[in-house]
Amino acid sequence: MDRVAVIGASMTRFGERDDWIRDLLAEAGDACLRDASVPSEAVEHVYVSNMASGEFEGQTGVSNMLAHDLGMVGAYTQRVDQTSASGGAGIYAAWQSVASGASDMTLLVGGEKMTHRTTGEATDVIASLTHPVEYKHGVTLPSFAGLTARLYLDEYDAPRESLAAVAAKNHRNGVDNPHAQFRKEVSEDEILDSPIVADPLRLYDFCPITDGSAALLFCPESVAREYTDDYTVVSGVAGASDTHVVHERDDPTTMNGVADSATEAFEMAGRGPDDVDVAELHDMFTILEVLQLEALGFAETGEGWRLAPDGVTERDGRLPVNTSGGLKSKGHPLGASGVAQAYELHRQLLGDAGDRQVDAEVGLACNVGGFGNCVTTTILETP
Amino acid sequence: MNAHRCPNDHLTYPGHARCPDCGEPQDDTVSLADRTAEIVTWTTSTATPPGVRQPNHLAIVEFDVDGQPVRALGQLTTDDVDIGDTVTPVHVDELRDPDAGIREPESQNWDGYRFEPA
Ligand SMILES: [Zn+2]
Repeated sequence: MDRVAVIGASMTRFGERDDWIRDLLAEAGDACLRDASVPSEAVEHVYVSNMASGEFEGQTGVSNMLAHDLGMVGAYTQRVDQTSASGGAGIYAAWQSVASGASDMTLLVGGEKMTHRTTGEATDVIASLTHPVEYKHGVTLPSFAGLTARLYLDEYDAPRESLAAVAAKNHRNGVDNPHAQFRKEVSEDEILDSPIVADPLRLYDFCPITDGSAALLFCPESVAREYTDDYTVVSGVAGASDTHVVHERDDPTTMNGVADSATEAFEMAGRGPDDVDVAELHDMFTILEVLQLEALGFAETGEGWRLAPDGVTERDGRLPVNTSGGLKSKGHPLGASGVAQAYELHRQLLGDAGDRQVDAEVGLACNVGGFGNCVTTTILETP
Repeated sequence: MNAHRCPNDHLTYPGHARCPDCGEPQDDTVSLADRTAEIVTWTTSTATPPGVRQPNHLAIVEFDVDGQPVRALGQLTTDDVDIGDTVTPVHVDELRDPDAGIREPESQNWDGYRFEPA
């Protein structure tokens, strides 16, 4: 079977944007086609990763809208929603569409428009993914992070500073990303002194509310070679879920969905954690980067907190993590985030990441929805 | 506040159409309201959505039902607590304002239990 290649990638500037979802999706989609020099009429399937354009903006039917706006009328269109993991789920859907032989050219665009809402409203839209017995208590995703962080720090006797080190690292990386929402360094002291959001976590332990979009273009490797030598291949992709009700997990600090999706993606790629040169992890909250490092097999259980303070996950470390700045400083437009993770890997693997460049042939992206409720892991490689 | 039990003695709170552990229907319930529980972890959330008290103290607690653990999440009456503390459920008629949030008010109940140090 032909492998599935990525021949184009783009992302818009992330941050506060005046543009609405329609404009954001079209901006990234158009830039992606230009990046690949592929005409719009060649696109057969169009997927849009988006969590809540209806709830945020009152705009539904976004995939059909995008196909029309990009001159792709006639193409099959579908919206993919997997909450925060919509982007990763879109990669899985786009991979399936090409791998199955159903499409020889599939465009995936992820996007979300969020900043026109207050923080409370946006938080509530996201919290609506929780079970009624959680929602009625006013639970938010940040409060799950606080609950889990306290348990983790207590269980493994990890210093609070280890989480600040994650935020400081990702902010440093974001400085060199022209698309990032925040391009400024933040010191560990500033992080530890910032206002409490969900005790023991503070403002800088959380990603911001963001507008933005990102896109990828997929085709069979044989087709990719007709267009370019500069492409990457999806060597592994898989998804899994964990309990919908977070407190029903035996140990909330263990991300079973991450572990299951990674096991499957590694198996498909014939790879293991030691083969990965660069990773983009879903650092919606600092504690999540630590928990993913453990669930993905990059650190032993209870040891993941050591990687940032020890420099392992720095750009010049053994396993650079979130060279893009991560959700933490790049921003987290829900449906775009998973797509933008793969955009960063694609650029890194092609040696096209500018000041953020690391030496990499195998990259892994882990995109998490809810508090680990649903997960997609993608492995991208140079051909 | 009822835990739900399947024929294989798995307990969950809340109930599900099928037991998450074994897939069997859960046809039995056990009341948790008069029992004590232990705090597994807790947080104080200061950034709360519309209609939610601010700050909002929350905990995951664990009940012991005849040797079987079953967990629940709920608001705390105070932040003067620690992991491992014993708490008791206290009924509250309205945990948040149903009309202020995004969820359709009629789609669920809004009463429930807060946890108070025993
Ligand atoms: Zn059962």
